[in-house]
Amino acid sequence: MPSEKMLMNGSQTVGEAAVRAGCRYYFGYPITPQNELPEYLSARMPEVGGTFIQGESEIASINMVLGASVSGARTMTSSSSPGVSLKQEGISYMAGMELPAVIINMMRGGPGLGNIAPSAADYFQATRGGGHGDYRTPVLAPGGGQELVDLTFEAFDLADKYRNPVLILGDGLMGQIMEPVVFPDFIDLKDLPEKDWALRGCKDREARAVFSMILGQKGELYRHNLDLQKKYDRITAEEQRWETKCPENTELIVVAYGSAARIAESAIEELKTEGINAGLFRPISLWPFPLPALRELSKQIPKVAVFELCLGQMVEDVILSVGERSEIYFHGLPGGIIPTPAQVAEFLRSIVKGDGKVGRRIEV
Amino acid sequence: MSTDIEYKKIFGWPESLKHNPTHYCPGCGHSIAHRLVAECLDEMGLREKTIGVPPVGCSVLAYNYFNFDMVEAPHGRALAVATGVKRVHPDKFVLTYQGDGDLAAIGTAETIHAANRGERISTIFINNAIYGMTGGQMAPTTLLGQNATTAPGGRDSRLHGQPIDISSMLAVCGGVVFVERCALTSVKQIRKAKKAIKKSFQCQLDDLGFSLVELLSPCPTNWKVSPKDSWDWVNEEMVKTYPLGVIKDTTGYEDKK
Amino acid sequence: MAKKTKKGKITIDRELCKGCHICIEVCPNNRIEVDEELNKKGYSPARPKENVSEGEKGCVGCAMCATVCPEVAIEVYRAQ
Repeated sequence: MPSEKMLMNGSQTVGEAAVRAGCRYYFGYPITPQNELPEYLSARMPEVGGTFIQGESEIASINMVLGASVSGARTMTSSSSPGVSLKQEGISYMAGMELPAVIINMMRGGPGLGNIAPSAADYFQATRGGGHGDYRTPVLAPGGGQELVDLTFEAFDLADKYRNPVLILGDGLMGQIMEPVVFPDFIDLKDLPEKDWALRGCKDREARAVFSMILGQKGELYRHNLDLQKKYDRITAEEQRWETKCPENTELIVVAYGSAARIAESAIEELKTEGINAGLFRPISLWPFPLPALRELSKQIPKVAVFELCLGQMVEDVILSVGERSEIYFHGLPGGIIPTPAQVAEFLRSIVKGDGKVGRRIEV
Repeated sequence: MSTDIEYKKIFGWPESLKHNPTHYCPGCGHSIAHRLVAECLDEMGLREKTIGVPPVGCSVLAYNYFNFDMVEAPHGRALAVATGVKRVHPDKFVLTYQGDGDLAAIGTAETIHAANRGERISTIFINNAIYGMTGGQMAPTTLLGQNATTAPGGRDSRLHGQPIDISSMLAVCGGVVFVERCALTSVKQIRKAKKAIKKSFQCQLDDLGFSLVELLSPCPTNWKVSPKDSWDWVNEEMVKTYPLGVIKDTTGYEDKK
Repeated sequence: MAKKTKKGKITIDRELCKGCHICIEVCPNNRIEVDEELNKKGYSPARPKENVSEGEKGCVGCAMCATVCPEVAIEVYRAQ
């Protein structure tokens, strides 16, 4: 079947991509600004012989995902910031039990109930665990549009490859934008990796239990955590993703992800006309953060400008990468404020001029 | 006088139970309930297609005792996890085995909604009116006047609310086809409990809907009485708040006399 | 005076028994007693009585003891 070009909003494209990537089980709860995703799947899942349940809460939904995952299926849930807070317990359990799943967070303003405008203030929640215990989850940050589709496919592959929950961080803006995307062909479920660890009843084998509680006085939980850490080390070594757009003579590198990066790109274009050479370093995996790549870049470029749709979360990873190698500047907008490219250009201009009008220098 | 009498074993270890000594206290109802579940699965030929979800509670380690596939769930979420399992494996047999805190406190929403959706799942609800694993705190089913470490002086209706009758609440839901309450504290009740469990299992096999068997269970340790006294307390006191019998039955099954 | 036939008999795994003694309570024919010698876990297990006293009935294999035993420690046999 040929790949198809369709016009849908970002949330819907994630749903269609998931179905084509082999997801047949979606469990979710309504929350703005991602309601189009469960609504879309409530109609689409039955068409492909899948299951859609509107769970009674985000908590119930993530636990249904846990059940579907341990049963060997590709499964997904989605929510927005406050709902993702509710899912943290389930995500921690799934990490401890080594169960694959994809969790979509279309971020909104917070904390608490916040507002329904696009924000990107869940970076810490996503990359620093969110739930309890020593665990990590790969976090992918699409820039919007086609990447929402492509990274959804990748998320399912990563989840299965490493037996881990994987997060996709979008936001209300990219969730609402309608733009043309191309969907890959449907994956044949028979081609999916075999999951010999899954529970299907103990016919012809010993009974099996999947659990995260590891009591015992001989360091069993210690060893389990070390094993998990080895997995996270492998992911860190092999699954970093980023995009660099650094022309010759770049004097200033902008670090931004998601919708912020898209806006920053336009700001960079604007500055080019004024003779300011700015580049873009766009992390696509927020965990593992592409630390070595940014470190290398910062050796050659004297100024790093971090722009986030929050009051400063990814900037901490930038500080870890860059250290004192370059000057680090930060500008952030919390609470769902989306600036225009012109406003972001003001921030970059003020760095070049050194007038400190917009944003601030981070002392390392 | 013949000394060669041939004996046939009529009661032994069920296959659906592993040969692991349990950590349950002397006189605890869990082991009896485990055995009944195991016997029913054996007699109905279900062991190899069963996937079970234990609670967080004294029986959190039930996978060390039950000889079938099991998946742990966060506290209270067993019925949501079981829903995910059953939707992926509608042809398999899915049961949850939960205590009073798991099912009727932290898991209340997941319990009510799985039941309301009519999920084809069988739930065994162990009600011992106390939180056992964590050392004797008040449960939603703790009786009025009953002592608990977080209700010193006894449960007070003003301070703590009344004991909750979750089984009757679930019976109101359309997706629920069978709810029965039995006890584990007399031979007669244990035999009734086994019949109820079998009936609940049959509901799932016949695709009728959600079913639940509540089992009043002794907890000598946290009630701070002897095993014998704990059994008496269930039979004499607990049944006043939690009367035994069928709470809902729309199965249409004829009970064998 | 020994009985000519014994209808039933039981075995109790003394190491599985946790000494709750509910079986002793429910046995209709008083066929089970407490074994004062502790098992490895420190419990006084239940033990089937060896001899049937005058006026007493023997084990009939009713399985009430096994029905109430939380540890599945009791196996029950019936004469054929």
